[in-house]
Amino acid sequence: MASTVINVPAKARRGEVMEIRTLIRHPMETGFRPGADGRIQPRDIIQRFSCHYNGEQVFGAELFSAVAANPYIAFYTLATESGTLSFHWEGDHGFTQTETVKITVID
Amino acid sequence: MKKIRPSQRRAGGIVLMMLAAAMLAPVLAASSAETGQNQAEAKDSRRSGFEFMGASTQAMQLNEALNPGMLWVKDGEALWGRAMGKSQLSCASCHGDAAGMRGVAARYPAFDEELKRPIGLSQRIKLCHVNRQQAEPWRPENQELLSLEAYLAYQSRGLPMAPAADARLKPFIASGLQRFRQRIGQLDLSCAQCHEERAGQRLGSSLIPQAHPTGYPVYRLEWQGLGSLQRRLRGCMNGVRAEPFAYDSQELAELELYLTVRARGMSMEGVGVRP
Amino acid sequence: MSDLKFPEHQPDSTVRRRLLRAGTAIGAWIIVRPAMAASEDLASAVRAYTGGAAALPGKVKLDVATLVDNGNTVPVTITVDSAMSAADHVTRIALFNEKNPQRDMIRFTLGPRAGKAEVSSRMRLATSQKLVAIAQTSDGRFWSDSIDVIVTLAACIEGDV
Repeated sequence: MASTVINVPAKARRGEVMEIRTLIRHPMETGFRPGADGRIQPRDIIQRFSCHYNGEQVFGAELFSAVAANPYIAFYTLATESGTLSFHWEGDHGFTQTETVKITVID
Repeated sequence: MKKIRPSQRRAGGIVLMMLAAAMLAPVLAASSAETGQNQAEAKDSRRSGFEFMGASTQAMQLNEALNPGMLWVKDGEALWGRAMGKSQLSCASCHGDAAGMRGVAARYPAFDEELKRPIGLSQRIKLCHVNRQQAEPWRPENQELLSLEAYLAYQSRGLPMAPAADARLKPFIASGLQRFRQRIGQLDLSCAQCHEERAGQRLGSSLIPQAHPTGYPVYRLEWQGLGSLQRRLRGCMNGVRAEPFAYDSQELAELELYLTVRARGMSMEGVGVRP
Repeated sequence: MSDLKFPEHQPDSTVRRRLLRAGTAIGAWIIVRPAMAASEDLASAVRAYTGGAAALPGKVKLDVATLVDNGNTVPVTITVDSAMSAADHVTRIALFNEKNPQRDMIRFTLGPRAGKAEVSSRMRLATSQKLVAIAQTSDGRFWSDSIDVIVTLAACIEGDV
């Protein structure tokens, strides 16, 4: 399981726009880089990221080799109701990871 | 790199002496009797590498939600409580809560009784791992080792660098100072020539910092990962085409110690980010 | 390196291929390969994304430092001026480059639940080049912004330490 750092406000007002910041540990090997032996290292990147809010997707991203290692993705979402934010990463070589964070939305 | 002309060398020598005096003032003051007055009067021209970076890299370091080094700190937190080796002891078994380790990273490198020389924090962690936890030794820059180092550096963030005023360290500090000034490698350059004489000038398009180890272990953008001060020093030695000192060698420990003493009093940055 | 004496009239691509083969492994994470590996140019990549529709300048703001500390990790923020209402919102955003091995960098899908059309990430830039951000709004139109970024290689070659 790769380490992640996810920053979500613990509490938000209904209708407020929340900033969400995510970091995940991953080398994002480009597939263009030669190793010490001169041979191209095989690609190993995260390709997809999504955020679901109480089961509904509110944000998605498609990543390419140009994304720096230990990908940082930040975006916004409307605070609609209390519940669970679910973050999902998947990529080469069957890489898959899901993290969940609880949020409280007050009136 | 341009050849240094004799007139430049003289001027450079004078500049070097002035800069060295300004930077060594805290070092010398700490060991002299008139400590307070000298320190207050000597203008501190020392600047962290943080101040030589662009605004977005600085923001990356300052904000824990943005700092990639926090990924290692998080791993370190998990490792702190994990039973390891034949002993099945965790770091916490002996050291308790990590918060109680605040100040530890600030006083390294420290004199090691068994090796009878200074060792850095990473070497200290390695020794504990092998001797106390009875685990297999970690290879240099092992990710678990770096995570623990990051976690401990994080506990000391904001504290001044404070290696012990231990008389036994004096000859090693002197040795470290000599190494700092020693020209090495095919490019025949010393640390001092870049990091004291030319700090603030540019090498290629990069600003040359003063080389204070206040942000280590550091997330270096060039590495796209976290690394130790030893790795950085070896990288510089490679850069001037010198054979790098071995990991955990006395030579690297002396340099690390000298750099830390030279940076005495400067604020530790937790896990720094550098270009 | 005497085998690098190339005769006068060799085509450019042959010369580049020989240079790359003879070159030693360097510390840079991305090597810019000759055009044969990345056949699309920037304009084609954008056209493929918009399905041939023109991308109008405006609404989109691509925020990148003009001189970056290190091309390996370049913070990028793309903001689109939009009410983000059900009737009028940004549906997707994409970032393209001019000189990396691959034109695509990152693509985002949004909706009215985003609240604010602003996304950030960190990119790898192989060299100084132009970056183009394209956003599509719910009315089907495309908008763009571009920026020229200066990227320099690190001063010292460290090798594997």
